[in-house]
Amino acid sequence: MGDVPKTAPVEHADTEVDTDVGLDLVVDRPWVTIVWNDPVNLMSYVAYVFRTYFGYTEEKAETLMMAVHQEGRAVVSSGGREEMERHVQAMHDYGLWATVQKDEA
Amino acid sequence: MKPFRRRRRGSTTATFDPGEAALLANLARQVIELLRDRHGESVADTDPLAAQLGLDGPSLPPEDPVLRRLLPDAYSGDEAEESGEFRRYTEQALTAAKVSHAEAVLSSLVVGGYDPDAAEIRGQEAVEVELGNEAVQAWLKTLTDIRLAIAVRLGIETEEDAALVARSEDDAVAAMSDVYDWLGYVQESLISVLD
Repeated sequence: MGDVPKTAPVEHADTEVDTDVGLDLVVDRPWVTIVWNDPVNLMSYVAYVFRTYFGYTEEKAETLMMAVHQEGRAVVSSGGREEMERHVQAMHDYGLWATVQKDEA
Repeated sequence: MKPFRRRRRGSTTATFDPGEAALLANLARQVIELLRDRHGESVADTDPLAAQLGLDGPSLPPEDPVLRRLLPDAYSGDEAEESGEFRRYTEQALTAAKVSHAEAVLSSLVVGGYDPDAAEIRGQEAVEVELGNEAVQAWLKTLTDIRLAIAVRLGIETEEDAALVARSEDDAVAAMSDVYDWLGYVQESLISVLD
């Protein structure tokens, strides 16, 4: 990005459009799918679900599973609200305890 | 039970004693009954499109704690309105999916030789199930649903609770805890031969 020559957009020189766009992106946080720890689901099963449903690598699935197990919860996906709601419903079908919420970060 | 193993042609098989098969079938039927109690007998016969659209679905969570665990809120506690709205549009489809997974488990047991009408287990043959990819998913999900249901009934809320109920002096609790552990063993055995 640093190498792109800055040519002044002559016809819009007086507007502040550029800074507004930057602000909008920060304010519009994505939604996230959270999987919560429960004492029932097997660790191997939770990792299996992360691999097969989300298509995560074995390593990533394992890391997320351990985060759920040790920290009580983990963000397993982020994006649009409808997509996250679909993920949550799929997790419920697998018997995992999941919720959707606006990203806190 | 002879643990799951992968056949060369891709299917997954395991052999259950007749008593084990009957137990599994009984538990799968209980899950189906429980889910149908929530939505009436018609759940499995619902027009798939109507189920998908969640027409006339309830927006309040179930009162039964087992059903509340099988059909949980999609938003955390302080967003009851969002959860209700989501539930109204999706709960029937989720319920129908869970019922069909449990029915798939029942039918693979029947195909494997389990006789649902047998008066007694004595004299029955071992049940050998052979699962394709779709049935494997149904088994994983139904084993999970049954374990979730038993855990709620046993009051298992932490990892220590599971160990506590296993040592219970109440015979009924100890027996249910044995079933819970055995189902975990069956599921672990299935997962270990996948991917």
